[in-house]
Amino acid sequence: MAIVRFNSNPDERSEFDRLRQEVNQLFNLFTPGADPFFSRVYPAVNLTEEGNILLVRAELPGVNPESLDISVVEGKLLISGERKIEVEDEKTSYHRREREAGVFRRTMVLPLKVDSGKVSASMKNGVLTITLPKSEEVIPRKITVKTT
Amino acid sequence: MTAKEMELRKKQEVSKGAGEGTRPGPVFVPAVDILENINEITIFADMPGVESSNVDIDLRDNQLTIVGRVEPLEKEKEVSLYKEFNWGDYYRQFTLSNVIDQAKITAKMDNGVLRLVLPKVEKAKPQKIKVITA
Repeated sequence: MAIVRFNSNPDERSEFDRLRQEVNQLFNLFTPGADPFFSRVYPAVNLTEEGNILLVRAELPGVNPESLDISVVEGKLLISGERKIEVEDEKTSYHRREREAGVFRRTMVLPLKVDSGKVSASMKNGVLTITLPKSEEVIPRKITVKTT
Repeated sequence: MTAKEMELRKKQEVSKGAGEGTRPGPVFVPAVDILENINEITIFADMPGVESSNVDIDLRDNQLTIVGRVEPLEKEKEVSLYKEFNWGDYYRQFTLSNVIDQAKITAKMDNGVLRLVLPKVEKAKPQKIKVITA
């Protein structure tokens, strides 16, 4: 039987876990290229938690919000879309061409059940923020003990 | 034609020593496209998270400096569960070979992409010289 650590409540996450996570992140920062967990799937995402809400952020500069397709299916978050870059006429010459265009598709397993009907997304300055309220089932509920 | 699948590239950090920042935190090199036609040079730079009021463009002699400051979107109360990228400012410097008409430079931020148009001065534009036959 697998033992699953209960850490859905950030306040109860042990100080040691937090330290381990931070040290791992530091190692990843200073050894570029040697990071086995670095995925090649665009876009990169950050996941944070604020109370009963999960927040997913991705950097998508120049991506038209209308080209984005976001959905939550069976505990997975799907982000897909297309980034288009205008092609200039032949009278223009390129000195540098580092920006990429193309289609992308990203799937992410969510750590908790979310209320898929209440998911919302917004785009600001090329940063996508997806707000995922946790499902009622996973929100910790205080149980009061009745005295007789 | 099916569009090309995009691949993630790690954000490249500015090498230490080059324009040291006064703010803590990482500074990244934005990906750019530089285009030129007979009238102007256009630079596109990907700087997600940068508000148009937080872009600094400086042209001194032939040195063009682009700085974009990022205000982190994450609130203090948020707890990071999983992190694939870091927030940070953007910095990049170019040496321009053309003479730029400084008064006519225009810059626009659109959805995290800077579009910088640097018009060339009249003198720098190539001019056809007619050969008069006697």
